[in-house]
Amino acid sequence: MKQWSGKKPQNLKKTLGALGAYLGRHKLMLLAVAVLVTISAVANLLGTFMIKPVVNVFIAQDGGARLITGVLITAAIYFAGALSALGYTQIMVNVAQRIIYDIRRDLLSHVQKLPLKYFDTTKTGDVMSLFTNDVDTISDALNNSFATLIQNAIQAVGTLILLFVLNWKLSIVVAVCYFAMIMYIRYSGKKSKMYFNRQQNILGEMDGYIEEMINGQKVIKVFNHEEENLSGFKERCEQLRRAGTGANTYADTMLPAVVTLSYINYAIVAVLGGIMAIRGQTDIGSLASYLVFVRQSAMPINQVTQQSNFILSALAGAERIFETMQREPEVDDGTIQLVNVTEKDGEITESGKKTGRWAWKEENGSLTPLRGDVRLKNVTFGYSPGHTILHDISLYAKPGQKIAFVGATGAGKTTITNLINRFYDVTDGQIVFDGNDVRDIKKDSLRRSLGIVLQDTHLFNGTIADNIRFGKLDATMDEVIAAAKTANAHSFIRRLPKGYDTMVLSDGANLSQGQRQLLAIARVAVEDPPVLILDEATSSIDTRTEALIEKGMDRLMEGRTVFVIAHRLSTVRNANAIMVMDNGRIVERGDHDELLAQKGLYYKLYTGLFELS
Amino acid sequence: MALKKIAKYIGGYKREFIIAVIFVIIETALELSIPFVMSDIIDVGIKNRDIDFILSRGIIMGICAVLALVTGLLYARFSAIASNGFGANLRMAEYEKIQKFSFANLDKFETASMVTRMTTDVTVLQRALQTGLRPIARSPAALVMGVAMSAFLNFRLALVFFVCVPALGTVLYFVLRAVAPMFSRLQRAMDRVNSAIQENLTAIRAVKAFVREDYEEEKFESVNAELMTTSKKTFRLVALNLPAFQFIMYTATVLIMWFGGKLIITGGLQVGELTGVLSYVLQVMNTLMMIANVILQLTRSIASARRVCEILDEEPELKDCQNPVNTVSDGSIEFRNVSFKYSAGAEEYVLSDVNLKIKPGETVGILGGTGAAKTTLVQLIPRLYDVTDGAVYVGGHDVREYDMAALRDAVGIVLQKNVLFSGTVRDNLRWGDKTADDDTLWEACRTACADEFLEKMPNGLDTDLGQGGVNISGGQKQRLCIARTLLKRPKIIIFDDSTSAVDTATEAKIRAGLAKLPDMTKIIIAQRITSVMDTDQIIIIDEGKVHAVGTHETLLKSDPIYQEIYQTQMRGGDEK
Repeated sequence: MKQWSGKKPQNLKKTLGALGAYLGRHKLMLLAVAVLVTISAVANLLGTFMIKPVVNVFIAQDGGARLITGVLITAAIYFAGALSALGYTQIMVNVAQRIIYDIRRDLLSHVQKLPLKYFDTTKTGDVMSLFTNDVDTISDALNNSFATLIQNAIQAVGTLILLFVLNWKLSIVVAVCYFAMIMYIRYSGKKSKMYFNRQQNILGEMDGYIEEMINGQKVIKVFNHEEENLSGFKERCEQLRRAGTGANTYADTMLPAVVTLSYINYAIVAVLGGIMAIRGQTDIGSLASYLVFVRQSAMPINQVTQQSNFILSALAGAERIFETMQREPEVDDGTIQLVNVTEKDGEITESGKKTGRWAWKEENGSLTPLRGDVRLKNVTFGYSPGHTILHDISLYAKPGQKIAFVGATGAGKTTITNLINRFYDVTDGQIVFDGNDVRDIKKDSLRRSLGIVLQDTHLFNGTIADNIRFGKLDATMDEVIAAAKTANAHSFIRRLPKGYDTMVLSDGANLSQGQRQLLAIARVAVEDPPVLILDEATSSIDTRTEALIEKGMDRLMEGRTVFVIAHRLSTVRNANAIMVMDNGRIVERGDHDELLAQKGLYYKLYTGLFELS
Repeated sequence: MALKKIAKYIGGYKREFIIAVIFVIIETALELSIPFVMSDIIDVGIKNRDIDFILSRGIIMGICAVLALVTGLLYARFSAIASNGFGANLRMAEYEKIQKFSFANLDKFETASMVTRMTTDVTVLQRALQTGLRPIARSPAALVMGVAMSAFLNFRLALVFFVCVPALGTVLYFVLRAVAPMFSRLQRAMDRVNSAIQENLTAIRAVKAFVREDYEEEKFESVNAELMTTSKKTFRLVALNLPAFQFIMYTATVLIMWFGGKLIITGGLQVGELTGVLSYVLQVMNTLMMIANVILQLTRSIASARRVCEILDEEPELKDCQNPVNTVSDGSIEFRNVSFKYSAGAEEYVLSDVNLKIKPGETVGILGGTGAAKTTLVQLIPRLYDVTDGAVYVGGHDVREYDMAALRDAVGIVLQKNVLFSGTVRDNLRWGDKTADDDTLWEACRTACADEFLEKMPNGLDTDLGQGGVNISGGQKQRLCIARTLLKRPKIIIFDDSTSAVDTATEAKIRAGLAKLPDMTKIIIAQRITSVMDTDQIIIIDEGKVHAVGTHETLLKSDPIYQEIYQTQMRGGDEK
């Protein structure tokens, strides 16, 4: 949508610099465009200018014997012009699309590297709008405005120069009219921007209302609320209609006003020119040519104004894009890498193959086997300064242990896992993984060592098998099926119309929440990571299905360090240690029996479930 | 097709639309007469050295210009009224239609896509009308008048137009015909890019957790490259318009110069007339370009028109019956041989052969695995969907015999995917009872255990919830949704897993509160066995069938599924 954005770029220099870098990759092509545009514009001007010599010289002299020469010269000029136009329009399309392609690619690549905080604090819609609206306006500007602007600028200046050459006295009149036109356009532009801003605000409000109501449409039906809603909508619709009518009326007056000014200009010039011709101050050929120029002169002014609006909103879009591209990506200063190793006589050596055995490789090349020992030391954290979520958390998970977190929503359970895999960094304290601060480990290595089943399962367009393979891109079909069996997803997948080749539609809309979670578990199973983090992994699976998964999960957890977060206490009972969390603190810890014996919060939670039986 | 259908929604603004068109034509006529007058100045005024004549012609031109301004301004007004009215009509029509949609209709469209159809798509169409109106009205008029006036100035010279106009027309026609299918391909390529980005953004945690940034970039690379290639092909074709236009316009100019020059030499033409005809060249040829541009724009808006039409053409699935029953006498429910599938074409039934009887005032629990069709079952009671076979009776009548609003007033349902609306707590609660006073509201909140947290909020019932209730937690939201439904004082109330985010202790309190409303039939879908074990009857649904019905005691004795659920959920207790 090319709405009148009404937004002007704030930091023009920086934006132009960044955009310039993209344009710079096509210097030669753009130079060619500029040259061809110039030829095309000049040809247009000269062609019209030729009216004078054709009338005055070629027709009037020698009884018109040389008319053919004049016409051929004109034809040659015009031909060059049209040919250049063909050239620059084609080149420009290629260059523009290539630039847009580059921008889209770089933007996505950069956005992906941004820290999670960016995604948690920015609406997906806003990020999407960078890719759609903002990239589109740039694309349009490059496609149309760039060449048009150069052409019209040349034409406007050229026309003025030629007008002065043809008749400088008349040109003073023209200059005055030009000036009036420009002043009017500027004044009117400001005024209409005001109208458009108002319309834009109401439109935004309206869109918000529509979004909310459509989202709640089923609730509306259940409460028989359709009539009330309709009248609420009608009111807003009417408001928008009125504002829109006002804005458009105003915007549409600009063109007739400018056109009329140009005609008045034309009339004055024609009359004065006629009088001058009678007095012999000008010849008839000049006047004829002159009048055609005057008629043409209004066009570039119109065009330049229109295009500059497009260009301004494109620059505003470019600014938003480049601002995002200049954001700091995730901090990744770690140097320790995760590598595959083989063991021979107690000696481990790095291996290029997937051996299923892992080790940490330090910068100096020394290898220490991955054990899965995770310790949190006095960890304090808040998503924003001054708002602490976790207070002084210390805990350890020895290799192969299962650590569970329980507690109410908002107690900070998920936050802890966010810190372990460095979606966020601790504010204070330290997380140590096999003796290394997690910040010293390269981020992708760290994350590869941790298998996570996230609270919200997102699936991708592709087949079921592709989605499981997301955990291990080169997994064979056998591995995929084995993983699905571990997660107990195999039986439902088999019953799908095309089994493992069934397409997953728009984020898994054709699967139930429970089935999606099973796939998420399968995804981790195929990844086969040394450490597991399960965040409410089974919350949407009914208890029967959950029981079915449990066996597979036990197999999956065997020999691995596991962090598990669950609402249901039954799922965490066999943990080595259970952390009971409340308001960002660990209030109780111990295994199931110890905690029950403490008769504290865990006991209450646990018996709260049971007191009713 | 789609555009034609959409065009009807100009509706009551037809008059303004026609007036706008007329003004454009007048404006065009005035503009076009100016070069005509001008040639008089040169050929008559200058030639006869008649200054008065020149002045009089100048005044005529001035008057034409001013008239053109007046008509231009009036056009602006009327076209703004017409196009904005059209947009408003279209929005209203869509919204009205959506209000009539049943759940089945709503299921067909994704929420986001419905929002786009009502916002962006309408804006696109409105703009198409707004920007297209002027050139569409103006171009044919300018074309005809321009050629006619040139012919009047000099018929033989004007013959050039009769060759060049069709030539340009043909070229533009072929370009457009080639481009039209390209645009839908372009749209598809663009959709693929957008959905790739959207997918990446929503799943960013998974992407990062699995370190799949490079893989995602690779995937994006292919859709992005495809979009580039398609865009290049499309726009290169479109870009042919301009040079084609210039070639032909220039040819016309050169031809007119040539023939005009010869005519002047032989005395068959005046210089002023030649200048006049030359001025018309740009004007006449430009009209064709404008038409081509408008058609291009319309082509791009066809996709929007189609999407809007899909909403407008969707038939509401549920129909009110002829002589509806207006009151629901009691809260009894009966399912007789009910089978259901979501669409006629679906292969498998979601529910098959369900028979149930629920007495007024009873409390009924429903248990079953994920995808067992528990939600589907209860949504048949307030007739959110119609059964495929069999019948559902409420208060002794088939639900299809009731007036839909009356039925839904009597059957309250707390949906699983529930929403609150922006506004205060009070605004939201009043959805249940428009006239409720504060005491009544608090009363309902107490039953739903929403009072505890509301009392802690500084503004109580006047607390602003923000859009979609973002200012409160999931459990609090669920409790408000329960209170909202209680305020309807329905004869039957259905809880579709609506306390999943509420802790067990609070949930027990809510159940205790509900027990104080003995006349209300209560149906509770739950995951936790504790939520339903005290009910009058428990219905176990498995794979779309009623697997067993009974009380906690009988089911525990006899039903394997119930025993299994009990085992998994209550294991802890057994050990003690």
